[in-house]
Amino acid sequence: MKKFHKLITILVVLMMVVSVGAFAAPNLKIAMVVKSMGNPFFDACRDGAMEAAKALGGIDIIYQGPATPTAEGQIEIIDSLIAQKVDGIIISANDKDALIPITKKAMSKGIKVMSFDSAIGPGGRLVDLIPSDTTLIGKQQVELIGALIKYTGEVAILSATSQATNQNAWIEVMKKEFASNAKYSKMKLVATVYGDDLSDKSYREAMGLFESYPNLKGIISPTTVGVAAAGKAITDKGLIGKVQLTGLGLPSEMAFYAKNGACGQFALWNPVDLGFSATQITFALIKGKIKGAEGESVAAGRMGTIKIGKDGVAVMGNPFVFNKDNVDKYAKIF
Amino acid sequence: MKGVDTSLVDESRIVKKDLRPLTRLIGFALRWETLLFLIFAAVMGVNAVLSPAFLDKANLFDATFNFTEKAIIAMPMIFVIICGDIDISVASIMSLSSLFMGMASLAGAPTPALVLIGLAVGLLAGLFNGLLITRLDIPAIAVTIGSMSLFRGIANAVLGDQAYTKYPESFGRLGQGYAIAGLVPTQLLVFLGLAILTALVLGRTVFGRYVYAIGNNKTAARFSGVPVEDVRLAIFTVTGLFSGLAAVLLTSRIGSTRPNIASGWELDVITSVVLGGVAITGGKGKVGGVIIAIFLLGYLRFGMGILNVPGKVMNIITGVLLVVAILLPRGIEDARKKALLRGIRAAGAGQREIGPGVSEATGKRRTPR
Repeated sequence: MKKFHKLITILVVLMMVVSVGAFAAPNLKIAMVVKSMGNPFFDACRDGAMEAAKALGGIDIIYQGPATPTAEGQIEIIDSLIAQKVDGIIISANDKDALIPITKKAMSKGIKVMSFDSAIGPGGRLVDLIPSDTTLIGKQQVELIGALIKYTGEVAILSATSQATNQNAWIEVMKKEFASNAKYSKMKLVATVYGDDLSDKSYREAMGLFESYPNLKGIISPTTVGVAAAGKAITDKGLIGKVQLTGLGLPSEMAFYAKNGACGQFALWNPVDLGFSATQITFALIKGKIKGAEGESVAAGRMGTIKIGKDGVAVMGNPFVFNKDNVDKYAKIF
Repeated sequence: MKGVDTSLVDESRIVKKDLRPLTRLIGFALRWETLLFLIFAAVMGVNAVLSPAFLDKANLFDATFNFTEKAIIAMPMIFVIICGDIDISVASIMSLSSLFMGMASLAGAPTPALVLIGLAVGLLAGLFNGLLITRLDIPAIAVTIGSMSLFRGIANAVLGDQAYTKYPESFGRLGQGYAIAGLVPTQLLVFLGLAILTALVLGRTVFGRYVYAIGNNKTAARFSGVPVEDVRLAIFTVTGLFSGLAAVLLTSRIGSTRPNIASGWELDVITSVVLGGVAITGGKGKVGGVIIAIFLLGYLRFGMGILNVPGKVMNIITGVLLVVAILLPRGIEDARKKALLRGIRAAGAGQREIGPGVSEATGKRRTPR
């Protein structure tokens, strides 16, 4: 009987703990759902979200992502977020269509949903925040590699997964640039390969490119995992100076390759700013300040005013170029 | 009871009424299904205490959406594994099946046609596996490793970086819809119906007995007149068909076909079957255990999801559970059989054989090998 009493006591204490939590002033719960966990880019986005949460006050940030970058994994997470009755969801989608049914369900329960980094189709979210203009990123990537290889020679693209919305949009622009811009007439795009945002697979794909295209002059890898793996591949294979590399990379991961010459220059918007801005927008949605309609704008603290454009698409800013001279300064941040 | 080789004890030869009630109780308590159910109850209890949102009716039903498709494939997988085979191509069959549905939908096929196509592609893919395995006598693991790459490879080659996303609205209702009171998902009912069917076939039919016979000793089964190859062919074909059904439901639920659809699901399916107490070496297992395991894994993941446990940590926890599931039954079987032996001795039953050459009084081999 004593044991039984003990058990009851423990249960009562547990319930009190739970209910105290419930009675405290309820913070807004905003969830950030990323493509997969363990990616420093998204970790930096989370830091930005935390910063905004602190600035705005009364917000808890939930940071989640599936173990493998699939839509099914994200659907499972959104299901549990609906069950928790969160107030807002910020998501980088693994599939722009497959998530629509579940995010519609979330919105029908009053949860404000927005996408960032990789969009959900219109109808599946209220706002989509893009870090920069797709055209601008694509054009800039081609220009960055062009400057490195003196606008002459074979170039290949090392992408993430073949289904990633953002990757494909950028690659589309790059292809157009190669085909139609006279400045790049002596440059040839020879291949697009997919490293699935896995270090080992990206590394092998880069090595495969060296084998298949002995005259390869440059690699564009518009993904943080891919560009770091390609930097390692170029270094390991002793191709520094022979094969140039650019892409979208994290300063902390690329500092070594920027300084050893494997990667002359690379670009990225600031993911901390991205997470910060997304949280500001979600907060405005929850508070009813905006509805995600064209022409509305959000005062996003230090990021200034972000305008909502057609189809709820909001643009944050221009990508920033890193090289051996400035990379160390940013490597400390993200 | 030192030196008892319990692996020689054939439980079916133990007459239950010979046992004392306590022994019977211990025997029951040490059954894998009972332990699994206790773990399940513990998981539900802990989840309910940790997150108030967990025990919400709508939440509990909605959570099943994330595992019923896998659960449907787990049903024929029970037969496959009891036979001592394995099929790791099931998730790839899903991608192939979904691919053809996507193509048909693009060409304007109505919902019933889409469902038929999805099922037919699954059936044919399963038949393809089964024919290679049984007619050419290639081990199932070798064939399905190959077809795993082949089927998904076809989907990759056709779709590349594209996706089929144009599905009729009525098609979407199959996988997203609710059957009862906007609460019980249609999928869940489909699964429960199939689970009952599976339990009946495995437990109450000649076919079911054949499956156990094949898993225990293929050669002996063949000499006893069991049509071993035909049974295995049928099992692989049905596994394909059920994978096709899972593909119909998943494609309908997410309204999108990508080459990487359902990737990695084969391991989730096999995990729930093995955790359910089906011996990976074949010959043993029950449907009930697998059903408990499916709900256990499903709600464990859902509970961890509500607590915002990262996906990678979930995988580690599931992995530990699986390793335990493979190791623990051995110890439990041993303890259980020892308890039964002790019970018989205590009940004072006469000397009878309870295993090949095993005396129930000593548990020791009577005749030297």
